[in-house]
Amino acid sequence: MARLQLTNVAKRYGNVEVLRDINLDIADGEFIVLVGPSGCGKSTLLRMIAGLEPISDGDFLIDGERMNDIRPRDRDIAMVFQSYALYPHMDVARNMGFSMEIRGAATAERTSRVAEAGRALGLDKLLERLPKALSGGQRQRVAMGRAIVRDPRAFLFDEPLSNLDAALRVEMRLEIARLHQRLGTTMVYVTHDQVEALTLADRIVVLNGGIIQQVGSPLELYERPANRFVAQFIGSPTMNVVAAAPDGASAVRLASGARILLPNHSGAGRAAELGIRPEHVDVVEPGTGDLDAVADVIEHLGSDTNVYTVVEGLGPIMARVRGNVPARSGDRLGLRIRPEHAHLFARDGRALAATGA
Amino acid sequence: MSAIRRPSPVLTFGKYAALAFYLIFALFPLYWLVKISITPDQLVFTEGTALWPSETTLGNFRTVIFHTDFLAYFGNSLIVSLGTAAATTLIAAGAGYAFSRFNFGGKRVIIALMLVTQMFPLLMIIAPIYKIVAAMGLLNSLTSLIVVYTAFNVPFATFLMQSFFDGIPKDLEEAAMMDGCTRFQALRKVIFPLTLPGLGATLGFVFTAAWSELLFALMLISRNEAMTFPVGLLTFVSKFSVDWGQMMAAGVLALIPSCLFFIFIQRYLVQGLTSGAVKG
Repeated sequence: MARLQLTNVAKRYGNVEVLRDINLDIADGEFIVLVGPSGCGKSTLLRMIAGLEPISDGDFLIDGERMNDIRPRDRDIAMVFQSYALYPHMDVARNMGFSMEIRGAATAERTSRVAEAGRALGLDKLLERLPKALSGGQRQRVAMGRAIVRDPRAFLFDEPLSNLDAALRVEMRLEIARLHQRLGTTMVYVTHDQVEALTLADRIVVLNGGIIQQVGSPLELYERPANRFVAQFIGSPTMNVVAAAPDGASAVRLASGARILLPNHSGAGRAAELGIRPEHVDVVEPGTGDLDAVADVIEHLGSDTNVYTVVEGLGPIMARVRGNVPARSGDRLGLRIRPEHAHLFARDGRALAATGA
Repeated sequence: MSAIRRPSPVLTFGKYAALAFYLIFALFPLYWLVKISITPDQLVFTEGTALWPSETTLGNFRTVIFHTDFLAYFGNSLIVSLGTAAATTLIAAGAGYAFSRFNFGGKRVIIALMLVTQMFPLLMIIAPIYKIVAAMGLLNSLTSLIVVYTAFNVPFATFLMQSFFDGIPKDLEEAAMMDGCTRFQALRKVIFPLTLPGLGATLGFVFTAAWSELLFALMLISRNEAMTFPVGLLTFVSKFSVDWGQMMAAGVLALIPSCLFFIFIQRYLVQGLTSGAVKG
């Protein structure tokens, strides 16, 4: 159980600053997901929390105690590595019990804790196997078991699911969610997969270029992204963003000439871009919507249909429609933008006055 | 278009023929060594080119073992080679680990210097080495050979060990440190067991190199009691004759330690012990 606080934390390699002004207060028992494109510094931040990477500047506290110069072994934090990092010469049981072995715990206690964790993760029949005799999913479980057995103050996960196939990833994601519910321990989880972020997190931290872009609950980030980067990073399919110019106080004009009325949007006067999520674009009869478009590719997903279109003078716009759309490539379509879901961005990318849902 | 093309039989035959040729090329001298060693003296020249002598004998081996100083040479060689292998591997393991895991000032310079030492022909530095060893009063001692061999083998052995450490994922040490190990504990409990094949290969390589070294042994050792076996082998060459049979028998005996060693080590060389550590 731990509260993790990062104050003005920075990381430099020589003159290169990879993380800057990181301020984060992680509450006890919270599930925090660090998300961002590769090279954004998310793994480095996690490794700084773990103690595997020195902190160049700022303070890192666990439960009020400064941790900057405390060795990893004394931080009482467990970490699940992307590569699993199982000890290849030890069987599953010894892998899981290794931390207790190092701490000199009694063999009986160790055996019972390992057995317990093994049962919880469905590994009870594999305890005597070596890692090389396990499948990817089983190795992943052992890596988690190794962390659980210790009963640490906090768990760190570094892209733990990225080496698994799609089906297994969903299964393990659920398992991690259950684990958090059961243990209630603080967890910090790094991923580049926004679906993992949205499904697991109490709060998501979006990083880009070494800077925190926004911290918030999954819904907050989806509905009220702080800037264009977050808007396009969170949500799948990606939000459509097109150039827009103010046209009166409550409307914008797009490059195609279309005028979009935004009656409740106070930022229209300063807008440089308009963003609209595909699920907030309706496909209508040609000539009756805000935009006239030509269908490019239609993806039928069963429950939904992805309609990729091209709007003359504006470029590609994607719509995601519930159910089936009988359109075909090359068909003329109308697109209607739901104004209450439109996002406006200033020239520097910052979001203008949230629209609310 | 067929997706998969079977290799043509001609190509397959060619590959095996090339392999067979190479094997004969590599093993024939060895065969000849054994053949001569069991050929009675009087037949060496009369049946010299026959593939197998009409008569065989173990007499050469008996003579070499019981009536020459060969066993003493053999013992000296064993001491020198084991000493060199142990000292070199110890130094190389430490240096290789540091090169693999740490970044420190001058690392590149040190690596470059170590490479440079490998570029000099031995003949160029043999005289200075002799001077140094003489000044240290170590001439005619096995210690001098261990020191010199170690110095010459450490660079390559270090590169070898470094590549073994590079092959062990850094994650494993980090996981061990997260699990409560100090760096030294992580090294001892996790990295060391995984490096055993690497240590074995390095030991074997250095042992073999020291075992067959002639030039320095010839220069630094002149006393019969301190001779290693390659130098001792030369005592079979006298002014007017060469005792081929005995020389070959001694050669066969000298092969035994290396052969034993490689039989012992080969399963480690083939199989990577770290499989299963990380994904895949």
